[in-house]
Amino acid sequence: METKTKKRTGPVIFSGYERGTAIEKALNINREDILLEIRESKLRGRGGAGFPTSTKWMLTAAALSDEKFIICNADEGEPGTFKDRVLLIEYPELVFDGMVIAAHTIGAQKGIIYLRGEYEYLLKPLQEYLEGMRKDNFLGKDILGKKGFYFDITVFLGSGAYVCGEETALIESLEGQRGEARNRPPYPVNTGYMGKPTIVNNVETLASIPHIIIKGSEWYKKLGTGKSSGSKLFSVSGDCDKPGVYELPWGTKISELLELVSAKNTKAVQVGGASGFCYNKTQFDKALAYEDAATGGSIMIFNESRDMLRVLNNFMEFFVDESCGQCTPCRIGNVKLLEGVKMIQKGDYTFAYINKLKELGKSMQVASKCGLGQSSPNAFLSILENFNEEIFNRENGGTNEN
Amino acid sequence: MKKYLTGKMGVPMKTKEISRAPVSQQAHVIQKPEHPEYIGGSITVEINEKKVSVPLGTTILEACRQNQVYVPTLCHHDDLCVAGVCRICVVDVEGMRTLQAACAFPITAPIKIRTSTPMVRKARKHIIDLLLSEHYGECYSCFRNNNCELQALAKEYGVDHYNFGHVEKQRYEIDSSSYSVVRDMDKCILCKRCVRTCIDLQEVGVLEAIDRGYKTHIGTFGDKPLAEVICINCGQCINRCPTGALRANDPRDEIWEAIDNPQKHVVVQTAPSPRAAIGEEFGIEPGHSFTGEMNTALRRIGFDRVFDTNFTADLTIMEEGTELLIRLYKALVKKDTSVVIPQFTSCSPGWVKYLEHFYPEFIPNLSSAKSPQQMFGALIKTYYAKKHNIDPSNIVSVAVMPCSAKKFECNRPEMTSSGFKDVDYGLTTRELAQMIKEAGIYLPEMPKSHFDDPFGDASGAGLIFGATGGVMEAALRTVIELVTGEKVENVFDNMNIMPVRGFEGIKYAELPITKVGPIPKLLVHVVPNWDWLKGATLKIAVAHGTANAKRVMDSIKAGGKFSLCHFIEFMACPGGCIGGGGQPIPTSAEIRRKRAQAIYAEDAALDVRKSHENTHVLKLYEEFLTYGPCGHTAHKLLHTHYTKRGKFIS
Ligand SMILES: Cc1cc2nc3c(=O)[nH]c(=O)nc-3n(C[C@H](O)[C@H](O)[C@H](O)COP(=O)(O)O)c2cc1C
Ligand code: SF4
Ligand code: SF4
Ligand code: SF4
Ligand code: SF4
Ligand code: FES
Repeated sequence: METKTKKRTGPVIFSGYERGTAIEKALNINREDILLEIRESKLRGRGGAGFPTSTKWMLTAAALSDEKFIICNADEGEPGTFKDRVLLIEYPELVFDGMVIAAHTIGAQKGIIYLRGEYEYLLKPLQEYLEGMRKDNFLGKDILGKKGFYFDITVFLGSGAYVCGEETALIESLEGQRGEARNRPPYPVNTGYMGKPTIVNNVETLASIPHIIIKGSEWYKKLGTGKSSGSKLFSVSGDCDKPGVYELPWGTKISELLELVSAKNTKAVQVGGASGFCYNKTQFDKALAYEDAATGGSIMIFNESRDMLRVLNNFMEFFVDESCGQCTPCRIGNVKLLEGVKMIQKGDYTFAYINKLKELGKSMQVASKCGLGQSSPNAFLSILENFNEEIFNRENGGTNEN
Repeated sequence: MKKYLTGKMGVPMKTKEISRAPVSQQAHVIQKPEHPEYIGGSITVEINEKKVSVPLGTTILEACRQNQVYVPTLCHHDDLCVAGVCRICVVDVEGMRTLQAACAFPITAPIKIRTSTPMVRKARKHIIDLLLSEHYGECYSCFRNNNCELQALAKEYGVDHYNFGHVEKQRYEIDSSSYSVVRDMDKCILCKRCVRTCIDLQEVGVLEAIDRGYKTHIGTFGDKPLAEVICINCGQCINRCPTGALRANDPRDEIWEAIDNPQKHVVVQTAPSPRAAIGEEFGIEPGHSFTGEMNTALRRIGFDRVFDTNFTADLTIMEEGTELLIRLYKALVKKDTSVVIPQFTSCSPGWVKYLEHFYPEFIPNLSSAKSPQQMFGALIKTYYAKKHNIDPSNIVSVAVMPCSAKKFECNRPEMTSSGFKDVDYGLTTRELAQMIKEAGIYLPEMPKSHFDDPFGDASGAGLIFGATGGVMEAALRTVIELVTGEKVENVFDNMNIMPVRGFEGIKYAELPITKVGPIPKLLVHVVPNWDWLKGATLKIAVAHGTANAKRVMDSIKAGGKFSLCHFIEFMACPGGCIGGGGQPIPTSAEIRRKRAQAIYAEDAALDVRKSHENTHVLKLYEEFLTYGPCGHTAHKLLHTHYTKRGKFIS
């Protein structure tokens, strides 16, 4: 994994930043101008869905309420991601300054970090860090002398379920309910935590804000592609010599990344974690970008020695367990897809049935209640499609009659 | 949390008559959009290419229904808050990447909806296929056969084989620990209607989804058997379950056996609500009473005697009314601080158990009078047995009830004052309908007949016990007359005490007592005169559904308005007994309203409509309960005591 001591380098997040400077600057800009600056930067959510951050903030800013919340999504449950942890350990000033700026912009009084259960060991250091911010008046009353600007941040330790990273399930969990996704609409920007307008942003999204405030949207936009501006942290794992967290501009090709991390004999790259898509060699010139190979940051590399059906089997087992179990397509659908994988493994299947499962997967993508069920068939569909040869010409092979 | 409902900034999601949404749904405030299509609170949308105008915040499902577009549902129930979990109602909304659940999507913009695209149809079919793939059990051995929403959908979508296989093995043990509710989770489709019923509608909170993913199932706290948790046996969850996963504990086999045994004298009593609803089991529109037809059917099935529970409802009024007067006299005149008011009704066993669990400190407020069912039980095996020279040990006493909690009630250890189990079996309306069918009888075609002596036909007051406010109205008809000497019909038109009728969750009324009359003969042993009541104002309240009961209890606890009441009627079930957990499925506000109408219409047509004018009741006091209401014999047979249970034990 990544080495902690080495100073990281990168175009935005891993460039230099001094705590509090962006807050100071932002407090002297009026709120509309901050929103416009972020809109200009074309920053999009780094948690996976890629929703334009400025739109989310504007809707929350426009919602009438005496109470609003900023929630930092640090659930980091997607298999193969660990970039948010790096940010919280090594760059807390970026994340928290981002939250303070968000609070100033939309008029929130309270911020919450929803910390992945497994990161319990970060609880104390983060709380200490926040205590330091309070001492230095980056949190609390009249922040940096700005009359009437009150904002404070608490840390909430999550419950360990993957689905709790989904923003509405996260809010349910914060409210003490079972971690299950809500019906949307209404969206959290209107009706979020405790029924109040709420921003839920990924750690990395928030960490990008201070740099945009300091260096401006023009500078930020120069990085990346037209539709995916700026840079992205990639958590690279699997068959390579240099796994770890990398900051690269959006638009970097899969092949370029493979080279950077010294991956050899690569057969497959799963982009976007278990809920993402799996690409084969012929697709490695795809660009990592919202419009091409989209990802919340997880990149898993598989070399020639890997059995793709086993890989798929693991992903499907993950979803069978991690589905919150509330809606039919996801709760039962994933079980059926997993059964299908096992059938292929045993060589006991028909193509007709596999095709039925593919159709089922497509229904799951559109009929499931939340992003988990909507994206859980991605791996199934992409691996069966992109590794068709390997999978259906296995030694213990399938019955080929239709 | 209620405060979100009246958020200034937007239009709140519509809340239903009695059901209240859980926090997450209550909080869903819809912002008024700044859209030109939005005119005066309504908005124009397109459903299947047709433009229609609907009020802002209407769900897609409601909009479709209002415009005769059918959208299938499973987890949706009109009594309950939104869930959006089964996904069978998905529709296409133009511009949205995924399909949307019609039941959960509030309309706030001029959207274009399509309810039957290829993608929609395929997704629905897949959902049915998936549900069936996990569904263990066969329709022909299921009590919901022909009245099951899953089965109906399978038919509607022409399912002719199992596309994704079918489970061959039982996954869950059937939980039949409870006297009232049996849970067969292999037939559960996880629609969570029962959970929402128990948590949101009834606010008891016994059922929850447990575990996640494939292991998700509905269970109790710690997955304990239902008999060991705080279930109040109301059966409301059964009435709202779309499948056969929940049912009542069915005693039909035992009853048939008793009927077929010539040694046994099998008597049946029937409560007011089954007669007003049983027609529904035979395909008759809700709102028709089949009292006389049911009597005949019961005899043809083989019951030896058919009695009317309304008789003991009249008796309950005498006992409970007298108890109230005694309490008031002791508290107001004698200043006896050991006597507590308000007095609570005790005829709803679901309510009684709810109080025992959640407000055990208020047990002294509960009337000690037994419910009509249990009073009857005690009389049948004593008074009736003696009078007709039947060995009570050979009597099998069956009670036809709209209620699943009555099954628990007749099994309470206290209910043996006759020296035997006072009532042997509680039989629900649904189960009786089944027996009638098994006997080859089509109920609506039966000739009518009366109830058997010595209890005969009862008063209209006993009859209206079935609807919320009915016990209160019956009590008032008697108390007003006995205290003031004035005819009720001179105080309330046609004897209909409207302030306590209707389906409002909590009703409250005040009755000033401006004059008093002489003490009637029956009550001379109770109080010397009524002078102490002159000028007083009787304060009463009525609550139905335990969620509403909770509101009232919390007000009493906090010393609020309801703590000043003298008498409060509580019913565990929404709508009262006509909405009981043993009544025909489905249920809805509309159906309950119609059943209540049937009861009130039957009452209005009766000659005797006051409990104290029921000559059979008066005769019973002359012949048997010779110490009068609340007297020695009455106390022994017709009154009971309760058990403190608390929130964590059964
Ligand atoms: C099953 C599921 C899990 C998710 N897990 C995370 C997570 O761990 N961290 C995260 O930031 N977003 C996660 N998301 C995305 C969030 O729902 C949400 O889109 C995101 O927090 C919004 O922040 P952003 O706009 O800054 O990306 C998840 C979504 C789904 C459907
Ligand atoms: S899609 Fe899966 S995780 Fe999301 S609500 Fe449905 S069952 Fe739960
Ligand atoms: S619950 Fe419905 S579908 Fe299932 S066995 Fe019973 S009738 Fe058939
Ligand atoms: S019978 Fe009533 S209390 Fe018991 S589980 Fe069902 S709804 Fe809840
Ligand atoms: S028991 Fe019935 S009501 Fe409850 S979730 Fe299962 S199917 Fe739905
Ligand atoms: S009826 Fe709409 S999701 Fe179940």
